[in-house]
Amino acid sequence: MFGKLTLEAVPFHEPIIMITLAVVAIAGLGIFGAITYYRKWGYLWTEWLTSVDHKKIGVMYILVALIMLLRGFADAIMMRGQLAIAEGASQGYLPPEHYDQIFTAHGVIMIIFMAMPFMVGLMNIAVPLQIGARDVAFPFLNSLSFWLFVAGAILVNVSLGVGEFARTGWVAYPPLAELGYSPGVGVDYYIWALQLSGLGTLLTGVNFLVTVFKMRAPGMSWMKIPVFTWACTFTNVLIVASFPILTATLGLLSLDRYLDMHFFTNELGGNAMMYINLFWAWGHPEVYILILPAFGIFSEVISTFSGKKLFGYTSMIWASGAITVLGFVVWLHHFFTMGSGANVNAFFGVATMVIAVPTGVKLFSWLFTMFRGRVQFTTPVLWTLGFMVTFTVGGMTGVLLAVPGADYVLHNSLFLIAHFHNTIIGGAVFGYLAGFTFWFPKAFGFKLDERLGKGAFWCWITGFFVAFMPLYVLGFMGMTRRLNHYDNPMWQPYLIVAFFGAGLILCGILFQLAQLVVSLRNRESLRDVTGDPWGGRTLEWSTSSPPPFYNFAVTPSVRALDAFQDMKERGEAYLRPDHYAPIHMPKNTSAGLIIGLLGAVFGFALVWHIWWLGAVSFIGMIATFIARSYNEDVDYYVQPDEVERIENLHHANFAAPRQALNTQPVAEQI
Amino acid sequence: MNPKQITSLLKRLAWLPLLMLSGCKMVLLDPKGQVGVDEKSLIITATLLMLIVVIPVIVMTLVFAWKYRASNTKATYRPNWSHSTAIELVVWIIPCVIVAILGTITWKTTHELDPYRPLDSDVKPIEVQVVSLDWKWLFIYPEQGIATVNELAFPVDTPVNFKITSQSAMNSFFIPALGSQIYSMAGMQTKLHLIANHEGSYDGFSANLSGEGFSDMKFQAIATDEQGFNDWVSQVKANAETLDLNSYPTLAAPSKADPVRYYGSVSPILYETILMQYHNGGKHAAGHEDHAGHAGHDADAGAEMAGMPMNAAEETH
Repeated sequence: MFGKLTLEAVPFHEPIIMITLAVVAIAGLGIFGAITYYRKWGYLWTEWLTSVDHKKIGVMYILVALIMLLRGFADAIMMRGQLAIAEGASQGYLPPEHYDQIFTAHGVIMIIFMAMPFMVGLMNIAVPLQIGARDVAFPFLNSLSFWLFVAGAILVNVSLGVGEFARTGWVAYPPLAELGYSPGVGVDYYIWALQLSGLGTLLTGVNFLVTVFKMRAPGMSWMKIPVFTWACTFTNVLIVASFPILTATLGLLSLDRYLDMHFFTNELGGNAMMYINLFWAWGHPEVYILILPAFGIFSEVISTFSGKKLFGYTSMIWASGAITVLGFVVWLHHFFTMGSGANVNAFFGVATMVIAVPTGVKLFSWLFTMFRGRVQFTTPVLWTLGFMVTFTVGGMTGVLLAVPGADYVLHNSLFLIAHFHNTIIGGAVFGYLAGFTFWFPKAFGFKLDERLGKGAFWCWITGFFVAFMPLYVLGFMGMTRRLNHYDNPMWQPYLIVAFFGAGLILCGILFQLAQLVVSLRNRESLRDVTGDPWGGRTLEWSTSSPPPFYNFAVTPSVRALDAFQDMKERGEAYLRPDHYAPIHMPKNTSAGLIIGLLGAVFGFALVWHIWWLGAVSFIGMIATFIARSYNEDVDYYVQPDEVERIENLHHANFAAPRQALNTQPVAEQI
Repeated sequence: MNPKQITSLLKRLAWLPLLMLSGCKMVLLDPKGQVGVDEKSLIITATLLMLIVVIPVIVMTLVFAWKYRASNTKATYRPNWSHSTAIELVVWIIPCVIVAILGTITWKTTHELDPYRPLDSDVKPIEVQVVSLDWKWLFIYPEQGIATVNELAFPVDTPVNFKITSQSAMNSFFIPALGSQIYSMAGMQTKLHLIANHEGSYDGFSANLSGEGFSDMKFQAIATDEQGFNDWVSQVKANAETLDLNSYPTLAAPSKADPVRYYGSVSPILYETILMQYHNGGKHAAGHEDHAGHAGHDADAGAEMAGMPMNAAEETH
């Protein structure tokens, strides 16, 4: 009846886990009670859970990403705590079977369930607005993508309390990930969590590609597309091309584990090298999937807050395109030590280095955007400057690792760990936090508290250096990754310093949370009535904050790259039409939510071999999808009087500020 | 934590700046063999080359941000300046030049430092067959007819030719003081060529997660003079224990933090048997392990030893 699932799957004997579960349960009950008490279930259901509005879906993505950031960080600080004490006779407080799950969960959560949704969330909020669209091309699909991702996130978190998570590292290399060496359910949780969220990501990629291809405002030719949207487009190309590889690879691993096949086993002709190649054929593009949108955010931020056009827009786009293509021909650099011939290793080494060229060009473009600008040191700019310094170091260590002769000694060392945290934290996360602060007023109608934001930045950046510079040194001291305990007193001081660094990053996270609370409390004084709090240059700033659900009362027409800046300079911003036309909008639907949650049940059933439940939930998913496909009642028209009412409200709010904005002296033209 | 512990901790941390400077504590910057020496100089060359771009970028970031801060109204402000062919040429060409230089160095050194390339030396190399087990290292000396667990010895200034495979999960065979590492994979053979130019006992370990006992999968690599090595061999030979196809399964069973073990004699077909155990009956279709370039070729060579007893090893998994 319950497959392999018994009560013993709950780790009652693990105090750390049980306390965590208790806290989560109490918090969950609290939230549930509060929603019930304030009678907010209806509001939640109609305004959020069943919404197909890209802005709301974006906000939900980021909310989940922030929760997952806390979970992933809890894992991180536990690992740093373990390594700070587990020297010599001390084995630390985490035995290997627990510790191995923690570093696996940390990697999976931070990449798949923190960075990815944060990026997709920002893309959801900004891209349709930047191109002057009313929503994405397939609004229901967007909702489905989100709920499939949530299903994956649910599975990862359920594994904490029911059963176990994989102990294989986030790459789940066979043969270790095969049934013979990982007989538990951990790898199965890993597989289904990634499969569900991966499907969601793939659909997002398709959706946003079509959106950008087909739904740009009139006049927005390819080379007038805002640079963040371009970056997201390249990311979506990478998603569409690479995520199917992950799906297929994990599918083959599932066949090994479920149906006794032998794609990657030691026995019967299986070969683990095939998995490792395929995994990185997805895994390396994945790195650029994460970083390209961050590059786009930095471009928007630095241009906006320098009060200046982006330097070398064309170079930027070509550089992103080059990175996109090259990102597919470098995967082997993740395993130079697997015994490939010198020609093969050298090819992949040099190909990897070539990526440093377009990346370097981007850095110079940001530099020359500041050059002869008026740089305001707002929080997003601090993140950008912090990124430029930090990422340059991370890029250098990356190129060093791309030299096979150097990688032979640095591979899998803490030097490698320091390198990829240097690029993912100093690149992607800093970028997302910059984007978060930058677009927050657009999504919510009020700005975030600047002082707390700056506090967060300084904690994050010093914390990053204190936590990861010692890891670079430890790599040179011969410390390899994924060790549970060690026998070298020379390493310990560095690991203690790294632990304090993680503590500083924790302060950064706390500042960030405090910033949210304080800003919410002071929202009236932080209110953005104009819709353009930063002197923005692109179309998202031309509508109100938060935008009406239809985004633009009248589809904007674009005449220049920085379309909204151009309108302001011509004095055409905020012009109102004589009359409004009806607006075609999608209706809310619960189908995405239902399919997603059934997906979580389906994954859970397969993890525990509860075949009947798997069959029922799978049929449920398909049936819901078919029912939705035959539903003709999916759209409606917003009538002109309704549009006029909403627009009147918005324009009345900022009649005075608007005057000021439109007549602000255009900066001297040289 | 009481104050005393805190002061002792602080005392420990006070050494930190010194540790940063003292290269001798960093094993990769103080290599004990030619391979490691070459890799160290490669790391330094590549780093210096990249600093040509990295330092200016970091300095320019800080300088530009400060000079063009909004409050500095004296600085030039050109809001629509966004293109300069000269600057764009420079920012494309400089990284290209550096990558071209670094790429050339990479191509050359990747061939020179290929782990599969036998080292140039007049001294006759010594051969060691390495098997990663759950979770310990087995070293077989075919010429000496001995085997050891978690301890490796070889004469100084003598090239050591390692042939490496795995009984179970994938590991990485790594002695940082001597240089390169390489994966060990079941059913396949990888090769590594190292040399020690200084006597000493160096840490070796697995650099790829292989399961629960991975953290203790450590061994000592002892480089001694010729005499010392011969003494060590005699010491191992003096041990009555034999490692053959019957006793191997016991050794191969998972165990953690194993002590050093000596086997005075070893079955001459043990290594080939381990390597071929996943190839059911020996004659297998060539090619499916060709993905790793050299690895496939070597496994084929082993396949010629058809008809050997495989069962002993197969029972272990």
